[in-house]
Amino acid sequence: MKKARLGALGDYLGMLAALAVLLTVFGVAAPHFFSGATFRTIANQSPYAVTLAVGMTYILIIREIDLSVGSVLALSHAVFGVCLVDFKWPLPSAVLACVATGMLCGLLNGLITIKWSLPSFITTLGMLEMARGATYLVTASRTKYLGDAVEGIGEASVLGLRISFLAAAALVVAGQLVLTRTVWGRYMVAIGTNEEAVRLSGIDPRPMKLAVFVICGALAALAAVDVSSQLGSVDPNLGSGFELGAIAAVVIGGTSLLGGRGSVLNSFFGVLIIAVLGFGLVQVGANEPTKRLITGAVIVAAVILDHYRTRLGKASS
Amino acid sequence: MTSDETLLAASGLRKSYGANTVLEGVDFTLRPGEVHALVGENGAGKSTLARILAGLARPDAGAMTFEGKPFAPRSRHEAERLGVRMVMQELNVIGTLTVAENVFIDQMPHRFGWIDVRRMNEEARALLAQLGLGDLDPSRPVGTLGIGHQQMVEIAAGLSRRGRVWILDEPTAALTDPEAEKLFAQVKLLQQEGVGILYISHRLEEIRRLSDRITVLRDGRRVATHRTSEVTLDQMIREMVGRELGESLSRGAAAPGAPALSVEGLCRGEAVRDVSFEAFHGEILGFAGLMGSGRTETMRAVFGADRADRGAVYLRGSAQPARIRSPRDAVRQGLALLTEDRKGQGLLQSLSIRANTTLARMGDVARKGGWISSAAEQEVAERFVRTLGIRCTSAEQPVGQLSGGNQQKVVIAKWLYRDCDVLIFDEPTRGIDVGAKFEIYRLLADLAAGGKAVIVVSSDLKELMILCDRIAVMSACRLAAIFGRGEWSQDKIMKAALSGYLGPSAKGAVN
Repeated sequence: MKKARLGALGDYLGMLAALAVLLTVFGVAAPHFFSGATFRTIANQSPYAVTLAVGMTYILIIREIDLSVGSVLALSHAVFGVCLVDFKWPLPSAVLACVATGMLCGLLNGLITIKWSLPSFITTLGMLEMARGATYLVTASRTKYLGDAVEGIGEASVLGLRISFLAAAALVVAGQLVLTRTVWGRYMVAIGTNEEAVRLSGIDPRPMKLAVFVICGALAALAAVDVSSQLGSVDPNLGSGFELGAIAAVVIGGTSLLGGRGSVLNSFFGVLIIAVLGFGLVQVGANEPTKRLITGAVIVAAVILDHYRTRLGKASS
Repeated sequence: MTSDETLLAASGLRKSYGANTVLEGVDFTLRPGEVHALVGENGAGKSTLARILAGLARPDAGAMTFEGKPFAPRSRHEAERLGVRMVMQELNVIGTLTVAENVFIDQMPHRFGWIDVRRMNEEARALLAQLGLGDLDPSRPVGTLGIGHQQMVEIAAGLSRRGRVWILDEPTAALTDPEAEKLFAQVKLLQQEGVGILYISHRLEEIRRLSDRITVLRDGRRVATHRTSEVTLDQMIREMVGRELGESLSRGAAAPGAPALSVEGLCRGEAVRDVSFEAFHGEILGFAGLMGSGRTETMRAVFGADRADRGAVYLRGSAQPARIRSPRDAVRQGLALLTEDRKGQGLLQSLSIRANTTLARMGDVARKGGWISSAAEQEVAERFVRTLGIRCTSAEQPVGQLSGGNQQKVVIAKWLYRDCDVLIFDEPTRGIDVGAKFEIYRLLADLAAGGKAVIVVSSDLKELMILCDRIAVMSACRLAAIFGRGEWSQDKIMKAALSGYLGPSAKGAVN
């Protein structure tokens, strides 16, 4: 048992070490990098990415994928804006409508994937297009000004950290605990490892898979609330490519695309690594093309490293 | 047409996989224009011998000659180049390609790299006509054909190539009678051309019709080679099963228990046809039969892993049929199925012994809200590691690192913890070495002594005779017979196992 806990701690230490190396490199290369402002900026622009990464981690662990989170985020964001501005709903009702939209998209993804045993790659690729189309319909393809309706969420902060970041961090902790400490989390890992063995053990995997799809949609909607408050407007083009960013962060965190293995906490570090990398490269004067080249290389390098780390782990035990 | 010269000869062939010896010094000869049949129980070494001759496996020891020259193919390709070809038991066709493309997969007629489709289709049509399949469209994707036709296409693909020796491994397993007749006609044709044919089948009637000589294998040894005209069916069966019985397991006299499971008229498609049996608490009921006789399919249907078309399952003497439509229903009512494929269907290989042990009953190691109690889970896992003697570094070890026998014990632990009282084992000792086998036997006997109803499906007849109180025999997807301890003999069981495959003419010979 002791050994197992140490092993788990070792996993986090690897990610923290990678983060520390990045920070040191940029600290040396860019003279003004090490400052409270830097960390606040990185933290405050990451809540939506962290929230998406939590959902994506769950989805990948059960050996599925959700390519629609960017579009679902956009659709929920559009519904949120319409409810606030056009319907003049109070904020809590608008948030509820927003989350319900995300959950509905996730429910559709899950139902179709499970009912017809389709690869979720295809189902959610379809949803990626459909949710985007719906977003254009809902917004009439126009940007909508939200104004002071969302100010309350944007402003609140503790020690310069936005409340959204703190909420996202709490979500990470809760997500990690559910994954590692509850029956439900164990079933998710088991389903991702060998769904047929789970079924033959007398456990119906379908409701649990469905729930994970719904959670993933709901988290995309929560991310949408945060992004809306930051933007102060509704943008029908928002969120394209977010799904790939989320998958990148989760994979850097060592979650397997083959299911059965993953960590919410490491996905969180994955988000931070990508954010630090982006911010740091700008600080040292890199332009956008260079930034993307390097970020891409880091994603691949991280997975190669993980490959060796897990092989080493297998060999030593 | 059979001459006395030798086309292909093997002597002293040995082959083992790990600790498991499959061939122990087998001699074999094949003459030009001869059909030489190979018979034996499951695991007697028939397929291994065929695979060695076809270059698919290499012997550990022994020598082979082909047309008088030393023969040691390193690959299937090399064997085929020399003229030794094998039609496999498993289908080897590519479903999305057309019939003609499959037939000529590695020799498509072409001009400057462009496939000459018309010529290919014409040649394929001519070949298929030889097999009596002249009306089959060569441009149809193979995947749209029935299994029997797919097999015929594979055979046609084989015939399109020159060969001096043909190895046919259970070629009629998926064929209907008229299709098989066409195949037999083709075999006769090949014979007339002087081709030597090694024919593997458990359909003894077919073998009597077709073959010139018969070699019987048992436990990796050649027992005898006969001229087909000089041997009776009874003698062959006797030679296939042998006489001596290995070690025995001392089991106390089984107290006749109450009925635990009774199955009535179970049907599922072609695989399970009207199967009825009863299993009692405190007994071990064995299921014998040849591969493909429907044993696994029957158990999966009982367990709800596959939906039965018809039939009822009654539990613990209840007059009401149990409602089992999924494994979940079955497990809730105390049934457990321990599949043959432990890796694919039984265990979570990358997870710990602990997680595997508690999987089917997580509720009992969790507090309110679904929080797992590590201490409780740990305690359960360690208890089973101790009582079942699972050899491991700790309960935290991933089960994928354990040996086959210890993996099987983890599966047993899972179901014992779930408190199932009807345990169905499918091939419980497959892939498990001899020493560990007896530990598993002991465990199964203990389970029965503890009042569980234990059902064991096994292809190892000796295993069943050591373990079981009664043995049910399946043949051709039906239940052929049930024998009690003392009533059975290897001959009787083997006869019952073959009974569904015998034509009406052969029945007299068996009885």
